[in-house]
Amino acid sequence: MQPSLFSSNHLTVSQLTFHIRKQLEGDPTLQDVWVEGEISNLSRPASGHIYFTLKDKNASLRCVMWKLDAGRLRMNLQDGMAIEAHGKIAVYEPQGQYQLIVNMIQPKGEGALYQEFLRLKAMLESEGLFDVERKRPIPGLPQKIGIVTSQTGAALRDMLNTLRRRLPLAQVILAPSPVQGVDAPPALVNALQSLNKQNPDIILLARGGGSIEDLWAFNDERVVRAVADSSAPIICGVGHETDFTLCDFAADLRAPTPTAAAELATQTSVQDLQDMLTDLYARITSSTLGLLAEQKAVISTLSARLRYLSPERRIQSDTQHLDELAHRAFSALTHRIQLHFANVDGISKRLQALNPEGVLARGYAIITRKDDGAVVSKISQARGAMNVRVSDGEFEVKK
Amino acid sequence: MAKSSAKKMEKTVEELTYEEAFTELEGIVASLEDEQNSLEDSMKLFERGQALTVHCSALLATAQLKVQKLAGDSVIAFEEESE
Repeated sequence: MQPSLFSSNHLTVSQLTFHIRKQLEGDPTLQDVWVEGEISNLSRPASGHIYFTLKDKNASLRCVMWKLDAGRLRMNLQDGMAIEAHGKIAVYEPQGQYQLIVNMIQPKGEGALYQEFLRLKAMLESEGLFDVERKRPIPGLPQKIGIVTSQTGAALRDMLNTLRRRLPLAQVILAPSPVQGVDAPPALVNALQSLNKQNPDIILLARGGGSIEDLWAFNDERVVRAVADSSAPIICGVGHETDFTLCDFAADLRAPTPTAAAELATQTSVQDLQDMLTDLYARITSSTLGLLAEQKAVISTLSARLRYLSPERRIQSDTQHLDELAHRAFSALTHRIQLHFANVDGISKRLQALNPEGVLARGYAIITRKDDGAVVSKISQARGAMNVRVSDGEFEVKK
Repeated sequence: MAKSSAKKMEKTVEELTYEEAFTELEGIVASLEDEQNSLEDSMKLFERGQALTVHCSALLATAQLKVQKLAGDSVIAFEEESE
């Protein structure tokens, strides 16, 4: 068609650009859109805004993320990264360019994954797999600790270091398993089942940090069901503090990191055990010392009673008794002797009184006949020569 | 009861695992604190408890985390990578 000089659509650049802007910015589809592509020409000037181009095989799109939204970014953008950007189409008039004003970015596929996550979570939740009543207590002092994780990851090293520090008495059985990729879910299920045959006291299911896709095996329905079916209680420590997987919900306890999982599995550390030992030892010592003191008291009471009842005391007592008897015997004897003496005295006095010599002294005389010696006590008896005996001698008389 | 505890006493302290030794020690504490034992029995219990404490303490001090891994259904030694 031949251009007409007199066409009614005769506009300045500004007018045209304004028109285009009105068209694009008035289209609701373009004002709330997710765009998928790969990042290139990433630029982060000092202003804090982020500029990049989003492209795919056939097209490219200028993008800008203002400082305010850029500050809320959770991920570290890099050239070549596949993302999904949300925003609105705007026209930058000085350059005659349309561009996407981005307010949110997530890794490519995350949106769909997140939808799947929510669907599965709702389903398993309605089955009761996440019920609080299902949660089993975590043993305070596990002897056998099972670990399901990658044999080569930092997560294993972190957990073993923690267990070694806190509870080196424990025995660890590792069931190695890939923790990402398509092989991971069946391998994790197998590891959990094999490990349960070893009857561990607790199982640590763990993986270090990564993108949501890296952690996706732990949102796999098979793995989540294996966690719920485990006979040993499970502590799940996958990713970082902010990462939640469905295994976290199905496990008996969620740990923010693998290291934290190992800490939660060892609520009683070697130091605690040492303290408990010290306490028990103090108790047997004090009860034994108490018993000994009690026995000593009993013995000292018994010994006092024994001393009281001893023959020594009996002998003392008998000796005393004997002394007393002797004393009494002596007194009695003395008394009797005195009585005897008194008697003898009386008798002697009476004897004295009967002594004829005593009578002579008082003036009496004894007269005997000289011829036959007979005592003359009557006149008729007196004849011939007689002897008169007085106190100091004799003299003769004649009738 | 007395028979089983007597049997238990036959095992020398050194043969006991930490858990066995600790459990027995707890039993001895309970017996010494709550039961009426003869002085002779008490002294025996105390000596046993003392030996158990020393044994447990030594196990705690020298314990080394034992790490094994599953290969199929069998448990084999696990060599950690040293960095």
